Amino acid sequence: MNEDKPDIIDEPARTQPAFDTLGTPPKAPIRAREGDTIHPTHELIVGEGDVRTAERGEGEFIAGTSLWKDAWKRLLKNKLAVFGMIVVAIIILVSLIGPPIVKAATGYTYDYIPSENQKSYPPFTAPDGSFSWTHPMGTDNAGRDILARVLLGGRISLMVGIISTIVSLIIGVSYGATAGFLGGKVDDLMMRIVDVLYSLPYLIVVVVLLAFFGGQSALSQLFLLFVALGAVSWLTMARIVRGQVISLKNQEFVMAARATGVSNSKIIFRHLVPNTLGPVIVYATLTIPQVMLTEAFLSFLGFGVQAPLASWGSLANDGVQNIAIFPWQLIFPGVTMALALFSMNFLGDGLRDALDPQMRKV
Amino acid sequence: MFGFILRRLIVTIPMVIIVVSLTWGLIRLAPGNFYTGEKKIPPAIEKNLREKYGLDKPWYVQYGKMVWNIVRLDFGTSLKYEGQSVNSILARTLPVSATLGFLAYLLALFVGVTAGTIAALKQNSRLDYSSMALAMLGISLPNFVLGPILVLIFSLTLYWLPPTRWGGFPSLNLILPVITLSAVYMAYIARLTRSGMLEVLRADYIRTARAKGLSEKAVVLRHALRGGLMPVVSYTGPALAFLIAGTVVVERIFVYPGLGTYFLNACLNRDEPLIIGIVAFISISVLIFNLLVDIAYGFIDPRIRY
Repeated sequence: MNEDKPDIIDEPARTQPAFDTLGTPPKAPIRAREGDTIHPTHELIVGEGDVRTAERGEGEFIAGTSLWKDAWKRLLKNKLAVFGMIVVAIIILVSLIGPPIVKAATGYTYDYIPSENQKSYPPFTAPDGSFSWTHPMGTDNAGRDILARVLLGGRISLMVGIISTIVSLIIGVSYGATAGFLGGKVDDLMMRIVDVLYSLPYLIVVVVLLAFFGGQSALSQLFLLFVALGAVSWLTMARIVRGQVISLKNQEFVMAARATGVSNSKIIFRHLVPNTLGPVIVYATLTIPQVMLTEAFLSFLGFGVQAPLASWGSLANDGVQNIAIFPWQLIFPGVTMALALFSMNFLGDGLRDALDPQMRKV
Repeated sequence: MFGFILRRLIVTIPMVIIVVSLTWGLIRLAPGNFYTGEKKIPPAIEKNLREKYGLDKPWYVQYGKMVWNIVRLDFGTSLKYEGQSVNSILARTLPVSATLGFLAYLLALFVGVTAGTIAALKQNSRLDYSSMALAMLGISLPNFVLGPILVLIFSLTLYWLPPTRWGGFPSLNLILPVITLSAVYMAYIARLTRSGMLEVLRADYIRTARAKGLSEKAVVLRHALRGGLMPVVSYTGPALAFLIAGTVVVERIFVYPGLGTYFLNACLNRDEPLIIGIVAFISISVLIFNLLVDIAYGFIDPRIRY
């Protein structure tokens, strides 16, 4: 990606020898490319990344390239990331507006069980075996429309993914920033704890938690999922934020804040944390599919989302029981979920390359 | 080195106790009890039950007994599988799960390292892109979707392989579960190997090895792999913790009488001694494996000294 490098403006100077054979001093390097208008005065230097606009001349503004604009451009160059972005957008949109549309078109909602014909029909099949648009994904054992349930599953899976990621974000960022900022023995201890937690089979404990406390009501089950999943997925976030904070905390702006008497917690959360936003966003987008996968794992085992609500994991769980006879019950939710995770991972990877080229794995 | 191992082992014991205490606390804080069911129990019988299982004693006595059980590695008797000690259940189920997990990790290592190395050597080629896209698919495809689909194809349509059930160690029954379990790790390992190898292949010592006229094969296999595999080695620890979760799912899909199946049943049955026993056993083995990984790290990378 050579095009991404800032243009080297003194290129001609390089090609010249440092000294002329006759001993005449070299020409001053040309500071601008051909065709540029050089304004002798009033010119503000456009820095990289932080200046959105700069004034030059009278009332005339030129746009600088911000970090975000740069990243956006880089992201658009990455075909797989764009593919991921489009698919994720479609999935979010469809799961938001899909259920009412399905209801309007076919009259089916996710929990509607018909009074007769309570059996599983293949996709595009009416009860009498003829072709029909009513159930594009078929029905489940109770005759519920699988399309409506997959859409609802999308809503719930996405919600669990996003909210649990926010929970993990809050824990991970505060923990990592505190450890990085305080440094020394405290940092050692805090990071040692993270190291140890990394290698613990915490999912097993989460299963115990959900098995013993879950199942009271659908809503409390969801809440439990948010907390449990958030509480176990903050470790990498803490490590990333700590690394960022350590590299930032000795810079002048922190010193300035300290000199003016800002408290430690304010320095951490008002000055340091906003500066770690890039990597945090990148990692958060990669956490969402992971959390969704964990949620699906728990729902698949029967400890996650409870009927009549559905998530992609619990739908897969229902489908797997009948895989031999009604394979569509598993294939539609399963493939939808795989597609969603696939695109989210690509989007996350693309964002990482775009926002933080240094983090890119070569 | 010896001091390091000793220190780590000393840390391991409180870690296990913490995990187990957390589990125990969760079980005890949950409403209800293992003997409460749909049928009402007469108070006299309830009193006898509580006495029999030591539930009438104060909580710290019960907790102390639980910890003591773990320290001497005797987890008591299961509540639901009557007359069977937790240890005998562990001894019976562990070989199943261990075989599954070990074979899956071996397969993942073999395929992942090969694919990752080839992708790194042919960076930006079509082969590289397709294998990395495939790896991404492996990461995104949940094993409970992959497993049933494999069963659908290879057992229920083509009739090549048995669909479920445990059939002993060298048996066709193992093929599908092992592939299902290893897919995710294969994908992760391929990605880690690729990025590790790309970094190493640019190092000076590889240039030196090439400059002194070594064959490409020797450069890659003898010199580059050793450095390039470091990320894979450090991934082994976390992978193991997830492997156990994966085993739970795969055992459920393929109806294996393994640790995971018994753990799920124990959770559903509120079989406290069995839950505690399995959690303790898993924590101990995970922590010991992590220690082994750290020791192996020292052998592979001579710059690391303990």
